[in-house]
Amino acid sequence: MPVLAVKDLKMYYRTKRGYVHAVDGISFDVDQGESLGIVGESGCGKTSISMTILRLLPENAEFRGGQVFFYDSKDPADLVTLSETAMQRYRWKGISMVFQSAMNSLNPVYRVGDQIVEAINRHYPEITNSDARRKVEELFDLVGLDTKRINQYPHQYSGGMKQRAVIAMALACDPKLIIADEPTTALDVIVQDKILREVKRIQSKLNMSMIYISHDVAVIAEVSDRIAVMYAGRFVELADSATVFKRPMHPYTNALMRAFPSIIGEKKRLFTIPGEPPDLLNPPRGCRFAPRCPFAGNFCRQNDPSYEEVEDGHFLACFHPVTRNAYVQEIAGDEK
Amino acid sequence: MKNDFLISVRNLKKYFDAESRLFRRTELFVHAVDGVSFDIEEGSSLGLVGESGCGKTTTGRIIVKLEKPTAGKIFLKRENVTDIDRAKQFAYHKKVQMIFQDPYEALNPRMTIFDIVAEPLNIHGIGDREDREERVAKTLHEVGMSPAEAFLFRYPHELSGGQRQRVAIARALILDPIFVVADEPTSMLDVSVRTGVMELMMELQRSYKMSYLYITHDLAVARYMCDRIAVMYLGKIVEVGDTEEVLANALHPYTQALLSAVAVPDPEVKRAEPRIKGGIGRPVNPPPECRFLQRCPKAVDYCKKNPHPPLVEMSTGHVVACYVTVEKK
Ligand SMILES: Nc1ncnc2c1ncn2[C@@H]1O[C@H](COP(=O)(O)OP(=O)(O)OP(=O)(O)O)[C@@H](O)[C@H]1O
Ligand SMILES: Nc1ncnc2c1ncn2[C@@H]1O[C@H](COP(=O)(O)OP(=O)(O)OP(=O)(O)O)[C@@H](O)[C@H]1O
Ligand SMILES: [Mg+2]
Ligand SMILES: [Mg+2]
Repeated sequence: MPVLAVKDLKMYYRTKRGYVHAVDGISFDVDQGESLGIVGESGCGKTSISMTILRLLPENAEFRGGQVFFYDSKDPADLVTLSETAMQRYRWKGISMVFQSAMNSLNPVYRVGDQIVEAINRHYPEITNSDARRKVEELFDLVGLDTKRINQYPHQYSGGMKQRAVIAMALACDPKLIIADEPTTALDVIVQDKILREVKRIQSKLNMSMIYISHDVAVIAEVSDRIAVMYAGRFVELADSATVFKRPMHPYTNALMRAFPSIIGEKKRLFTIPGEPPDLLNPPRGCRFAPRCPFAGNFCRQNDPSYEEVEDGHFLACFHPVTRNAYVQEIAGDEK
Repeated sequence: MKNDFLISVRNLKKYFDAESRLFRRTELFVHAVDGVSFDIEEGSSLGLVGESGCGKTTTGRIIVKLEKPTAGKIFLKRENVTDIDRAKQFAYHKKVQMIFQDPYEALNPRMTIFDIVAEPLNIHGIGDREDREERVAKTLHEVGMSPAEAFLFRYPHELSGGQRQRVAIARALILDPIFVVADEPTSMLDVSVRTGVMELMMELQRSYKMSYLYITHDLAVARYMCDRIAVMYLGKIVEVGDTEEVLANALHPYTQALLSAVAVPDPEVKRAEPRIKGGIGRPVNPPPECRFLQRCPKAVDYCKKNPHPPLVEMSTGHVVACYVTVEKK
């Protein structure tokens, strides 16, 4: 059962130099209770996807088409067609978000507890203030914050505590889906580990769905059931986590996974992806990865590969998928 | 045969005023670096790892002499260089360089790439305009920015993050230093450019026999870049050893927690929960006992009644500061 189905979503930013093709035909869905990870290099459009879904776009953003079905109790609603007032009912309550700059998304002049109570009041006017307060206490417990801190101001919190408060806030209205954009990137590994464990526990307890966004392949590996790999405004591959890591088919996924250092296992040679990420103002013709792809031919530079399901639950946009055989050969070549 | 030591530091300390008006009279100090000693062999790299605020950058800044230590000594090739006169200091700055943590702040936005990279040559009065141009072009080429002419007259904002980081590296390398403090040189970079910069730094180390103090909070990166690793906790070094040895056989409870907290890029691996208590302490007038005491899962009574433990060698080149660990052996 999906909670969210995104179909051919497109959103461009208007700039003096032209249009930035930030979200350029993205489709995916998220099931109840599932975690979907989205990985990709800086600037490929990850944050833009979530802002388009939640319709929290800046002035210069232009919606260019697509649908976003959110499955509430009865019929799905296409969020892109809703009025702003109707849309507000879905934010926080249906879909909530942990923003990339979580540290800055608390209002410095209000007590942390009051900010969460306010969010609850806005969506559940029938809940009394004292019930909302009790709920905040529960949430603090849930994310591992001392309830004594409810009446403190954000500046009295450390970075890790602020991050937890923001997660508590995202949970406040019992959303069905949380989008967490780099929720732990700015944190120490030990704090990061604690927060990810807590979020996972809460998620399975409440059977919530999550979208995790990160450029950290290791973090995505640990939290996601399925992973989408994004490159230059598009998804190039999507499959269950094990498949994406163990036998990716897109050359970019393959390179990305092997460019990542690890502290476990044998120390392997790291793979370097040649060239630079493309300019989204003028995305290259044909496959966007072609200029950096070792397997690309002329055909790839002229034609756009379509994004298709190539085996059960495995989506891919590539004319020259990396095959099992190619791996074995390449690995054998490395070892020589 | 073992190489000789290039850089040694002994008992380095740096205390900062804990700048709070409220406490001004009570003399509170941040013990940012509190008795740090280590050696770096010629041509090798030491990784300095630890959580945010533990004193890594401060240690690096002291070694390149951008910061005066409160106490302690620095040796370059066994010569004490802690209090040298200006002329010697000038010569020291030629041999010892730092790549700064943030490439966005490190480069002057109003200078062209040529001026940024050539500046150390100007300061040290090396070569005429023509020589400098040649050297800048050669160094840019070495850091993978070629053709150099394409970059020379651009400004930092006209470069990508990875290119800016390369410019910062080129600037640090143009004087052919023998020792470089690299402060998180890849943490701002994307995976795809990061590997390139890491390879480049290792390549330069091999060809010029340079040594690094490589500061990072990322143990996986340290594994690739460093021959040895020193783990720092609130101003103190708690463990030092060969990289693979420390990863495979971590001795200090903090190192163990740190290692088990690192996310692993393999969805089939289920990590055990790190064993560590509480939040992060701040090293303001810290009590004399072991710095890790409050968070240590293994602490015993003895730890509470004695000063911070000394570093003890447990096997060749592998030292640890922990009463419980040493006792077990
Ligand atoms: N308001 C804006 N106006 C113009 N361009 C923008 C705007 N916001 C983002 N962009 C551009 O759109 C592209 C996608 O940005 P986005 O923030 O979605 O990337 P991201 O994948 O989240 O990157 P990161 O990992 O760095 O957070 C980038 O090239 C960015 O420069
Ligand atoms: N100029 C200063 N004045 C006062 N305190 C300082 C100063 N510089 C650093 N500190 C303090 O000294 C401690 C160590 O700081 P340092 O920058 O060396 O940490 P770090 O290990 O490099 O951290 P990070 O990983 O976040 O870069 C911190 O508590 C910091 O707040
Ligand atoms: Mg983003
Ligand atoms: Mg630092």
